[in-house]
Amino acid sequence: MSNGTPLLEIRNVSKFFGSVIALQDVSAFVRAGEVTCLLGDNGAGKSTLIKVLSGVHKPSEGEYFFDGEQQEFESPRQALEMGIATVYQDLAMIPLMSVWRNFFLGSEPTKGWGPFRRYDSEFAKATTKSEMAKMGIDIRDPDQTVGTLSGGERQSVAIARAVYFGAKVLILDEPTAALGVKQAGVVLKYILQARNRGIGVIFITHNPHHAYPVADHFVILRRGTVYGDYTKAELPLEQLVQMMAGGADLEVLQHELEQASQEGGAEAEALAETADAIGSELEELGEKADEEA
Amino acid sequence: MATETAPPSPAPPQADERIRQVSGLSRLMARPELGAVVGAILVWVFFAIVAFENNFVSWATTAAILNRAAPLGILAIAVALLMIGGEFDLSIGSIVGFAGMTIMVLVTPADAGGFGWSLWPAILVALVVALVTGFFNGFLVISTKLPSFIITLATLFIFRGLTIALTRARTNRTQLGNLDEVEGFALADALFASQWEVFGARFRVAILWWIGLAAIATWILLRTRQGNWIFGSGGDANSARNVGVPVNRVKIALFMTTAFAAFLVAVIQAVQFTGADTLRGFQQEFEAIIAVVVGGTLLTGGYGSAIGAFFGALIFAMVQQGIIITGVDGDWFQVFVGGVLVIAVIFNNYIRQKAAAR
Ligand SMILES: Nc1ncnc2c1ncn2[C@@H]1O[C@H](COP(=O)(O)OP(=O)(O)OP(=O)(O)O)[C@@H](O)[C@H]1O
Ligand SMILES: [Mg+2]
Repeated sequence: MSNGTPLLEIRNVSKFFGSVIALQDVSAFVRAGEVTCLLGDNGAGKSTLIKVLSGVHKPSEGEYFFDGEQQEFESPRQALEMGIATVYQDLAMIPLMSVWRNFFLGSEPTKGWGPFRRYDSEFAKATTKSEMAKMGIDIRDPDQTVGTLSGGERQSVAIARAVYFGAKVLILDEPTAALGVKQAGVVLKYILQARNRGIGVIFITHNPHHAYPVADHFVILRRGTVYGDYTKAELPLEQLVQMMAGGADLEVLQHELEQASQEGGAEAEALAETADAIGSELEELGEKADEEA
Repeated sequence: MATETAPPSPAPPQADERIRQVSGLSRLMARPELGAVVGAILVWVFFAIVAFENNFVSWATTAAILNRAAPLGILAIAVALLMIGGEFDLSIGSIVGFAGMTIMVLVTPADAGGFGWSLWPAILVALVVALVTGFFNGFLVISTKLPSFIITLATLFIFRGLTIALTRARTNRTQLGNLDEVEGFALADALFASQWEVFGARFRVAILWWIGLAAIATWILLRTRQGNWIFGSGGDANSARNVGVPVNRVKIALFMTTAFAAFLVAVIQAVQFTGADTLRGFQQEFEAIIAVVVGGTLLTGGYGSAIGAFFGALIFAMVQQGIIITGVDGDWFQVFVGGVLVIAVIFNNYIRQKAAAR
């Protein structure tokens, strides 16, 4: 594993939307050939941080370094041209457009000269199919619209696209969130594959079991600030699970729910069941963590 | 370390068992313009039967239909591009009036309140004026982030009002004529208003403009990267922006394209009628939108075709001409047009769902 200088780094970045503080004093980095995992609960600021990294938002405060040089991106296109590719949570794909048109959207290959310069659709179709095949995904028909693909297929089109366009840094916003166990596994495999090619991967998730097997480095966000920053060696899975599940927070929740159930009637009983379920889930998570550790 | 680093297994290069052989017919079904092509045939057959006695099936009627469809089709093709790009332009009818009167005021002799220019410089100025109005529309939509429906509804009134107010202030009239006496008219007449006789029927050169624009627009949409950007901008502007599509530039260019089409129609009509009227182009934005929607383009953007708009305009003109020659009271025309619009949209939806479920 490389331990050189970071490929991409932010220092003390904050982002405000009017009075909303979405990010406050956040620092993070990724090295080439490593996976940095950004974890955080809903609304922690993960997507906002991604948008700062990919050039969609300008940070309100703080510094941004790429390849050791300070950068200020005017548009996501600039970041993309430097090799910072992002697969957004909403995938940045157009449902009504075909797979191959989506694959090359914004970077269309052309052939011919002057007024006859045209979109090289044969090349685009063939490349889409072969790039997807390289990732082990067999798209049936490049003319199929993206809206009709499964979630995992859509995710892999987006990742394959980023890798194809020579990403040096690959930013993935919750690529496994909407996927079944098996498809999530496939996506995790692509992440490792990208890493092994020397790409620096920033992987956002709120599932510690997805994060742990692939990450070299964890940054945990909470309420817009960095709550923890660990290397894998420093952080056993058990502890990560505890942090992510909100450890203490969740116990408080369970307590509250139990209390409510004593006060109320039938409605409260349902709540009590939920509380029990959460309690046993917490135990299970702990056991699982023990097994894997 | 618990990470797994196995290389991916290469995909087996076998035929995919999940694809069934799809016939050419059902591939055709997935095209947005299919509804309009079938619709055009149905409407033609309908009138060929109902209005056979009235010579619907004749060279003269065919020429009349095409001559009617051409200016509408020119507008509709540009509007189709804009609507695929996710925006509306209600102001094109007003731009037709504005561009036409710009030409006429400039060429009208100074003693009649005009400027006494020759025709070609006036056409050039009208072109610039139209492109500026289109840019203005696009710029307002982009910078205010308001729906283009509202913005261009406002500019519909602004441009029409400017046309009437400026023309009246300068010339004290609402109609200007005698364009054929202006220097440069002969060339303009040849380019924009000449006719060919085929089997005794007169076909106007505007038909060629219409066909040519349909071909260029189709080429742009399907065969250029800018076409891909148009679909992307209309399909999901944010996603397109995130992968680097210059969405704002695309949209402004599309508004300028509809304004250009309006300018072209204004020139064709001014030369053909050797004059213009401040009310020229009135309600043509609606006819163009009808043609585009009948042509299978989605109102919500991201899906559609220029060929569909071409056939949409053809259907509109056939209905119009069919009603005229059958001698049905012209007062009923608008009822008929509304009916055709509803039927066409239902039919298109049905086709699209069938195509999606193939
Ligand atoms: N454009 C915006 N304007 C105002 N507030 C915003 C904006 N974008 C994000 N926020 C706020 O910033 C906070 C962080 O949002 P963000 O989308 O980054 O969360 P997240 O960690 O990605 O959550 P999730 O796991 O649900 O995707 C939220 O409270 C959100 O409401
Ligand atoms: Mg998010």
